[in-house]
Amino acid sequence: MDALTPQVWIQVGPLGITETVVVTAGLTVLLVGFGRVFTQIGWARDALEVIYEMVEGMLQEMVSVDVKPLVPLILTQWVFILAANLVGLLPIVASPTRDLSLTAALAVIAFGAAHVYGFRAQGFAYLRYYIQPNPIMLPFNLVGELSRTLALALRLFGNMVSGEIIAAIVVSLAGLLLPIPLMLLDVLTSVVQAYIFGVLTLVFTASAMQVATKSTPDTLQGSPP
Amino acid sequence: MMTPQDWITIVSIVMAGFAVAVGSIAPALGEAKALTQAMDAIARQPDAANSISRTLFVGMAMVESTAIYSLVIALVLLFANPLLP
Repeated sequence: MDALTPQVWIQVGPLGITETVVVTAGLTVLLVGFGRVFTQIGWARDALEVIYEMVEGMLQEMVSVDVKPLVPLILTQWVFILAANLVGLLPIVASPTRDLSLTAALAVIAFGAAHVYGFRAQGFAYLRYYIQPNPIMLPFNLVGELSRTLALALRLFGNMVSGEIIAAIVVSLAGLLLPIPLMLLDVLTSVVQAYIFGVLTLVFTASAMQVATKSTPDTLQGSPP
Repeated sequence: MMTPQDWITIVSIVMAGFAVAVGSIAPALGEAKALTQAMDAIARQPDAANSISRTLFVGMAMVESTAIYSLVIALVLLFANPLLP
């Protein structure tokens, strides 16, 4: 039982193309295709726009920055991770999020997004985020940045792989119908983890976007009269 | 006769169970505490139930990630043990 490494489906010379690559490529084509088709149909486009605005309002409630530029990123993450988690319910395919490579790539996207959007929001001043509340905190902030990216990757990976392993063990122990409640629990985990991944990306990105520019009043307050 | 490889296998399996058992105590207590506090807050302010439960979900996922770390360590010990060939 090789639970932690994905299966190699196609071998091209020394390069093994794993299940993860094939399934995520298929999902991407499918999702983009759905998007293209549904935006051409009038009523479907209206429905999608209503959903989009609902999501935008929901995200705006969570953070104090303007979320308009962030909605496409977060919504894409939600839709993609949810699809990637739930595709594991189909026979033959395993959910690609049980491969640490994919979740690490998604976490790196979240990590990069914080920097890109922070830079876009306020130029290089967003780097001041690292020396808050004072420059002594710089190493802690750096470690925090790395560990939260690692945590983002490991959380999704751990949740998905544990669900899959538990289902596999129960199937091998008990038989056909018993793992169904566990699979239902797995569906819940999939939805919640996709939601959380998006929300955490939003929170991290927003914190890079809204670096308080109040360093001057602070130093004024701190200096003796 | 036990070879060193056998000992490594035995210790790995025992410690994998131990890692999950010990590693899930603190997150379980933490999540229980967060849940009771959130229930309390919702009982006091039912209007804020939406934002409370949303924050609770995110916070719980972050607390739970500590348990997930020990699970990942246990899985590495069982399936990708660097000490075993």
